[in-house]
Amino acid sequence: MIKPRDDKDFQACGLFGVMDRSGERFNGKMVVEAMKNMHVRGNGLGGGFAVYGLYPEYKDYYCLHVMIQDWNEDAKREVDKFLDANFDIVHDEEIPTNEDANVVNPPLFWRYFVYPQKKGDDKRLSDDDYVIKKVMYINTKIKDAYVISSGKNMGVFKGVGFPEDIAEFFMVEKYKGYIWTAHSRFPTNTPGWWGGAHPFCILDWTVVHNGEISSYGTNKRYLEMFGYYCTLQTDTEVMAYAFDLLMRRQKLPIEIVAKILAPPMWDIIDHMDEKRKKLYTTLRMVYAPLLINGPWTVIVAHHGEMFGLTDRIRLRPITAGEKGDLLFLSSEESAIRAVCPNLDRVWTPHGGEPVIGRLNEKALKKVVE
Amino acid sequence: MKSHLLPDFIVERLEDRCNRCGVCVKQCPWGVYSWNDDKTDILIDYTKCVGCQRCVVYCPNNALIVKPYYGSYRPNAYWTKEVISDIKKQAEQGGVLLVGTGSDRPYKVYFDHILLNASQVTNPSIDPLREPMELRTFLGRKPDQLEIEIRDDDIEIKTELYPNLVVETPILFAGMSYGAISKNAFLALAMASKEFGTLFCTGEGGLPKDMREEYGPVAIVQCASGRFGVDPEYLNCAAAIEIKIGQGAKPGIGGHLPGEKVTAEISATRMIPEGTDALSPAPHHDIYSIEDLSMLIYALKEATNYEKPVFVKIAAVHNVAAIASGIVRAGADVIVIDGFRGGTGASPKVMRDHVGIPIEMAIAAVDQRLREEGIRHKCSIIASGGIRCSADVVKAIALGADAVYIGTAALIALGCTMCQKCYTGKCAWGICTQDPNLAKRLNPKEGAKRLVNLLRAWSLEIKDMLGGMGINAIESLRGNREHLRGIGLEDWELRVLGIKGAGE
Repeated sequence: MIKPRDDKDFQACGLFGVMDRSGERFNGKMVVEAMKNMHVRGNGLGGGFAVYGLYPEYKDYYCLHVMIQDWNEDAKREVDKFLDANFDIVHDEEIPTNEDANVVNPPLFWRYFVYPQKKGDDKRLSDDDYVIKKVMYINTKIKDAYVISSGKNMGVFKGVGFPEDIAEFFMVEKYKGYIWTAHSRFPTNTPGWWGGAHPFCILDWTVVHNGEISSYGTNKRYLEMFGYYCTLQTDTEVMAYAFDLLMRRQKLPIEIVAKILAPPMWDIIDHMDEKRKKLYTTLRMVYAPLLINGPWTVIVAHHGEMFGLTDRIRLRPITAGEKGDLLFLSSEESAIRAVCPNLDRVWTPHGGEPVIGRLNEKALKKVVE
Repeated sequence: MKSHLLPDFIVERLEDRCNRCGVCVKQCPWGVYSWNDDKTDILIDYTKCVGCQRCVVYCPNNALIVKPYYGSYRPNAYWTKEVISDIKKQAEQGGVLLVGTGSDRPYKVYFDHILLNASQVTNPSIDPLREPMELRTFLGRKPDQLEIEIRDDDIEIKTELYPNLVVETPILFAGMSYGAISKNAFLALAMASKEFGTLFCTGEGGLPKDMREEYGPVAIVQCASGRFGVDPEYLNCAAAIEIKIGQGAKPGIGGHLPGEKVTAEISATRMIPEGTDALSPAPHHDIYSIEDLSMLIYALKEATNYEKPVFVKIAAVHNVAAIASGIVRAGADVIVIDGFRGGTGASPKVMRDHVGIPIEMAIAAVDQRLREEGIRHKCSIIASGGIRCSADVVKAIALGADAVYIGTAALIALGCTMCQKCYTGKCAWGICTQDPNLAKRLNPKEGAKRLVNLLRAWSLEIKDMLGGMGINAIESLRGNREHLRGIGLEDWELRVLGIKGAGE
């Protein structure tokens, strides 16, 4: 398997996300159909899916999807040993795959349902921060082992191939969830690197991303100050860490975070009323290193929420659609219409304006608690 | 004693063009030109020529050419003409060799070994003629995070903020004192800053009272080891205060403004008797360690009600990263790092040419260290010393600076030709002089216009470079070394700069 040659990759992609805001779970058929419709947005070098509400029977445990490159037995043993020493492993198994699927050289995928066993200094960490620390350890220290998802009641399935091939390989149509996001990749390099596929995940946060971040170096080096180290060598990792820092750790809502990552122009800010002007100016001043520059669209999800956002001058596409409780986000309107022809509403958001889907309150209770 | 020195320049007069109008006699303060006894001819003593080119530019008939003196000693790659001349000068005078401006030695210029990136295909370049391109820059300490309270429709920032300065382009004017430079040059810098939306540093010579109301808000007032002109009104009228510890052109030593330059107005501004030498000690005698610096920083903050950012300016020396880290922890809001190419009105030649390290290396090392320690956002970094063009600005920012200071480039915009004779007080361009006849050659309004033009031109070029990289706000360039590649650099140099080699 070839590891990427560059610090970041260069790509254009197809994105799709669908959420049932009533919390109703549905299988992966619809999202696979939508991705097929956008086949030409990828080139077969990466596809993947994130599913929320995936493991209701283990919903209180972190589920680690671990990729073992080249089926390296030492890596698997080391991961087992490391997890056993740091967590209670409630259940673990190989992730079932379909050997007839059209993929080349798939690595081994294993899932562990775990509960943190904090010792010593680690006792001061929250469960989430503890899990992040241990995930970072595996990703950086155990050769050939990568944690590709690490949230509760959710999971990521991804690899090298067109999304429909990856779907077949992991048999995602058998899984059910209330949010599905999907990604089809068109990298200009980094062939054959399964870890480079999207979605990218940390805890229950997933990002699918279409773009090339021209501020990568600035963003990466700022995030390093907060303990995030980019190991998967994709721009998307920067996105995911930025969301984790701002939303989970600093508890800022997406409405504010959107104005940090994709702030309005100074010319607009200068003409705002005093109160808004002060807010936007302060956001830009303090979070300047997290302005994500260059062309990008992301669909981000975590439990209870899915949102789409583009860069400040909207250099990559996104379309939103609604039908009842269903909210769609997609690189192309055609993909939405392919799976839901009679939409209540379809629209194209402005650059830097987030489209936010949240579970309604009843559903929130059902799913999250 | 008969001088053994060779001339530096030779003056060639095109006789068919010269009509003996006498402008050269008037323009040259060095005594190269003089009328003969009956005023029928102009005599030329080129041994006095410093190569300032004033006479060439102002000769109405374009009749003059000033060029380096081509006679020389037997060629020798080791005992060069410069080495031989310096020894002869010292043998004749027995003193320290004085020079003006930054070092002219042919050390490696790292800026010239760094190339920039541009977008092709996979991401679009942004056209600054059609799309907004933002250079606005904030200087000062930033909090770790913002705490925001949202109640219904009302959003409130709960985090207490530190004072920050706003500049519309990441280029500020470096400290050049009134005294070292003329009032007109000083005024031109102030006027240009106000017009363009940037700031100028007063240097250590104070800020004349008649300028405080109008230009205080665009002034960074310096508090240096001589404490010249420091009073509460001076501190409070300014945008920020800069504690000057060191200067790139002469790290580790102080300054000396000769008494002849201390005119009545300079004496009033510096608060020293007229005609006395203004001596800046090498260290601040109340700062013998980092905790002393901290006390001065907080004394200045107390004196200004914590409303002004405090800058600390140091020369780029070997352990600059560790020193900078200490300065941030001591409470500075902005660190100015002055590289070994930094300019000066007067410096011992040996200090200027042999002490310090390049600004490119210093910025890279400081930025990296502050990030490793998680305190990069607690201060801004200004790169100073030898910034020659907009590409240098972009490279300095991509290496990790927030903004740059320009001193020499600003003086060149005002007329300076780098003759290096600033310490003589006879500047033919009216910049580095207190002679009223010379100083009046510089019209502050016209000077300000030239400076504003320079800032505008560089800003336009920076926007072009940013757009090419697919970036539309300067903050996305800061510390973004992905956009730099080294050429002709060794591994250790790439490592210190934190950049890859071209093609990597």
